[in-house]
Amino acid sequence: MRRIGIWIAAGGLLLATAACGGAGGGNGGAGGPAKTQTLSVGAVAEPANLDFTSTEGAAIPQALLVNVYEGLVKLDQDGKIVPLLAEKWDVSEDRKTYTFTLRPNVKFSSGAPFTADDVVFSLDRVKSDWKLKIKTQLDVVDKVEKKDDSTAVVTLKQPSNGFLYAMTSRLGAMFSRTGVADLANKPVGTGPYVLGSWRRGDSLRLDANPSYWGTKPALSSVTLKYFKDATAMNNALLTGGIDVISSVQAPESLQQFADPNRFETIEGTTNGEVVLSMNNGRPPFDDKKVRQAVRHAIDHKALLDTAWAGRGQLIGSMVPPTDPWYEDRTGDYPYDPAKAKELLGGKTYDVKLRIPSLPYAVNSAQVVKSQLAQVGINAEIEPLEFPARWLDQVFTKGDYDLSIINHVEPRDLGIFADKSYYFRYDNPEFGKLLASADAGTEQEQAADLKQAAKLLSEDAAADWLFLFPNLIVAKKGVTGLPKNAIAESFDFTGLAKQ
Amino acid sequence: MILYLLKRLAVLLASTAVAAVAVFAFMALLPGDPAEIALGVNATPEAVAELRRQFGTDRPPGVQFLDWFGGLAQGDFGTSYVTSAPIGPQISERLGVTAVLVLGGMVVALVLAVPLGTFAAVHHRNPLGAAISAASQLGIAVPAFLAGILLVFVFAVQAQVLPSGGYVPIAEDPGEWLRGLLLPWLSLGLVQGAVLTRYVRSAVLDVMREDYLRTARAKGRGSTGALWRHGLRNASVPVVTVLGLQLATLLIGAVVVERVFVIPGLGDLLLNGVAGRDLLLVQGVVMVLVAAVLLINFVVDVAYHLLDPRLR
Repeated sequence: MRRIGIWIAAGGLLLATAACGGAGGGNGGAGGPAKTQTLSVGAVAEPANLDFTSTEGAAIPQALLVNVYEGLVKLDQDGKIVPLLAEKWDVSEDRKTYTFTLRPNVKFSSGAPFTADDVVFSLDRVKSDWKLKIKTQLDVVDKVEKKDDSTAVVTLKQPSNGFLYAMTSRLGAMFSRTGVADLANKPVGTGPYVLGSWRRGDSLRLDANPSYWGTKPALSSVTLKYFKDATAMNNALLTGGIDVISSVQAPESLQQFADPNRFETIEGTTNGEVVLSMNNGRPPFDDKKVRQAVRHAIDHKALLDTAWAGRGQLIGSMVPPTDPWYEDRTGDYPYDPAKAKELLGGKTYDVKLRIPSLPYAVNSAQVVKSQLAQVGINAEIEPLEFPARWLDQVFTKGDYDLSIINHVEPRDLGIFADKSYYFRYDNPEFGKLLASADAGTEQEQAADLKQAAKLLSEDAAADWLFLFPNLIVAKKGVTGLPKNAIAESFDFTGLAKQ
Repeated sequence: MILYLLKRLAVLLASTAVAAVAVFAFMALLPGDPAEIALGVNATPEAVAELRRQFGTDRPPGVQFLDWFGGLAQGDFGTSYVTSAPIGPQISERLGVTAVLVLGGMVVALVLAVPLGTFAAVHHRNPLGAAISAASQLGIAVPAFLAGILLVFVFAVQAQVLPSGGYVPIAEDPGEWLRGLLLPWLSLGLVQGAVLTRYVRSAVLDVMREDYLRTARAKGRGSTGALWRHGLRNASVPVVTVLGLQLATLLIGAVVVERVFVIPGLGDLLLNGVAGRDLLLVQGVVMVLVAAVLLINFVVDVAYHLLDPRLR
């Protein structure tokens, strides 16, 4: 008797507290003064730790670069390199010496002033302490010197356009000489935000930096909330748990946010080329005619509509529209099944389409399969668990005929220059164009890379299905969201809430 | 009794060791090299080899196992490949969250099942009793994650009275902590409650047919009074056993419910580990889950032994 009584009492208590919580929660969170405006942004990948000098992954620079750590330069929304901690820079006649003039009165969040010593320290540290492979992008740096407190000079071994671009990435982040003791947990930068709190598995809060040198952020804090499940993230936006979905994982879910009085959908570009890779190293795709047939056989517009709800852009080669050498190459191989059949000379082929088990690849593969079948190429779809099995079979061993993957790295045209890369594409002409592009002036670089992209397209080294879109959904009234996801960071500096 | 305890303890330790071997072997069979995955599509073979050496995954499996198990015995779960953070503290932090989730689910299940099951047994001949019985049958068929999705849809998306997910530590805001946990508790508790209702019902039915209850009634107690007085205590013995087993099921259900509700518990840690091929982390979490289940069974066995003198 007594036991039952206790259970019933416990149940009653639970219901009572539920009722109180429900009533109290209606205005919870919105009660603060107007000045302390905050914003929650839903994101997919959580940082493993906060040290992007020793840990791979897009999540750390996404949260910290530009927001907490700043570089001398940054990439703007149009893909242009613009000043950040350097007011300006001069390039010598021989294109080997870069003289950076630093902004005055910049302080780290620890209070230490930012000077040329920190530039020397940060860039030297890339060589000595960084553990990531991308650090090789700064191998071209010969030495870094301090001229005076506000001038730093970088000397290159040979002219390189890649250098300044690499400086817009995490490689160019400026660290304090006294702030690198515990990078994994305590970031110290010069940026508009500082680390507020980090609840592992849940969220990362960045607070406005009160002593920021530039325009102070309009928000008092921005919280990145991490969701592994797309439905959970959508629900959080629908129920007010977050204000922004930073990247929509399934475009078909966008209809939930169609009400323009409540939500706004923003579509921009990324650096992600969704590539239909063909194994150039073995039959039948070692034959240029067969590869060309594939390019003619695919109706890219129809594919994009079916596979990714029409969101994204057709590009035709390995260059996103935000790179200065972008050219629309979709006209090289217009949809023409008759021409494709002609190129195949009446022959039919059975091939394996080994794809990663990711939504865009699975959706696209269906369309690719049915369109190739119409010209006599029978592709058998084989989904491989991503990343492990796909990396092992397709990427490392090169054991595939066709595959589909989103190549997200910026300015990654160069992967086709490596003939051991899983495309197995081998054209020395292409490599020459790339080398000459890196050493030339900016104009020469653009001209050479345009040429290189054209060569890839004409050689049908692969087929470019579409450019992966950057899809953001925000509550109405959120402003300053970066439309294009082309830099490593998710730039919070302009964010505001009406 | 001491002998019995020692025997059970020996079985517990032996099965934990066997489980450790099995967990390690399964991990070794999983495709994917942690070093390759950590370095991604830009890796050179030299970098992969170097990382393998750092991780120690280039050593023979036997050595790796002994190293890992030796660490476990001293409470050291090793260091994650992916985050380079020690695994033990991560697990203990998450374990607390999962424990709250599971225990809350259990409370909900009991609050539902004990009165409903008893009522259904006492009134098993009338339509209401049959209806409860049928409803519990339906509840058993619903997986916890589906219950979760439905609850989110109704209470968070449509009615907007509770958050759709997220977890606020109790120290930060007890009200939000509770609000965040209500739906997860309900999703776990409703399903488990349905299962438990059936057990309570049949246990009470069994007890009602016992001679001692007839005797009690013969001595002048009403049938309800007799049940309160003598029946429920006895009916609780089989229910406690089932409760222990259910706790293990709840733990597994929690893994999925954590994902639906974005709760940073063990299940969430486990799924992250699997996705990132953080093998040591996965091994550690699975081992903790297995050990918890074994421990629960051990406690249930012992409790059963203590509760029911006939087993001694």
